[in-house]
Amino acid sequence: MAEHTASNHSKSSPLKLYFGVWATLLVLTFVTYEVSLVDLGPFNSVVALVIASIKATLVALFFMHVWHASEKLTKLVIVAAVFFLLLLLGLTMTDYATRPWS
Amino acid sequence: MAEAETVMGLHQEELQHPELLHHFADAEQQRNSASLGMWVFLGTEIMFFGGMFCAYLIYRHWYFGDFGAASKSIDATLGATNTAVLICSSLTVVLAVWAAQTARKTLLVTMLTITMLLGLVFLGIKAKEYSDKFEEHHVPGASFSFNNAPLPHHPGQYANPRHAQIFFSLYFMMTGIHALHMIVGLGIFSWLLCMSWKGRFTPTYYTPVEVGGLYWHFVDIVWIYLFPLLYLIDRRR
Repeated sequence: MAEHTASNHSKSSPLKLYFGVWATLLVLTFVTYEVSLVDLGPFNSVVALVIASIKATLVALFFMHVWHASEKLTKLVIVAAVFFLLLLLGLTMTDYATRPWS
Repeated sequence: MAEAETVMGLHQEELQHPELLHHFADAEQQRNSASLGMWVFLGTEIMFFGGMFCAYLIYRHWYFGDFGAASKSIDATLGATNTAVLICSSLTVVLAVWAAQTARKTLLVTMLTITMLLGLVFLGIKAKEYSDKFEEHHVPGASFSFNNAPLPHHPGQYANPRHAQIFFSLYFMMTGIHALHMIVGLGIFSWLLCMSWKGRFTPTYYTPVEVGGLYWHFVDIVWIYLFPLLYLIDRRR
């Protein structure tokens, strides 16, 4: 735990990382905006959501300090929250997507 | 004897860090606990927004083409600009946290101010988008009108206005609740700005900046998903 403190951050400046993540997020926003004009059939939604998930993961890991400064308990809370979200969306959609009569 | 020393030790610690509450061993434990509590709150927020995303997915599945046609009527460039604005504000938030960690007061105050300005730019662009929708009669209600909108991939067919109205209901609800979170965020950040100005934050005590930052980043993540789902689902052709 002690090695994960903020003082560890100041030893090697994280600024390069922050600006790198920021630039990546902007590039990904531009990519998803442009790729939405290309007809990929059903894969348009897939590509858009994959890019959104990469962006969300980058924000959580590096801007919200999950990668460097979080305790295991915090990570458990995050994984549990995402798991229950996927359970909500996943189970609902397996129902609605497999109703031949609707 | 050993017990007395521990008590003495605690007093020492309390004198060095007046912000340290007596039930925490040290500043780091206190900071980690605050961060954990914030993440539990964000977990409830994930489920709160998750319900709306779930409703969106069900209706998108049912009224696939109508949602595409309705989504096309929203200005995707404004949405992309707002995404970029929020990403920039996330950078300034993380720089503010870094400034607090490294005792750079001027940088902290500057970054918090820029974050709030970017938040206001976001809300301004949002207001422009909403006013466009009002002018086009795309706001669900008595004066809603969405006639003769061609259905994507079905030449000669038109979107069902009743189904399109559900898209716009979800659009206003999701972006509206998100905008409400932005306004709450601006409130939190004005308080942080005030406290930073007074010099309340130090490299051992910057928990409010860190926790407020977590909230801001979370609101950014929600927007990262709203942007493709509401603006980009049927731009092709």
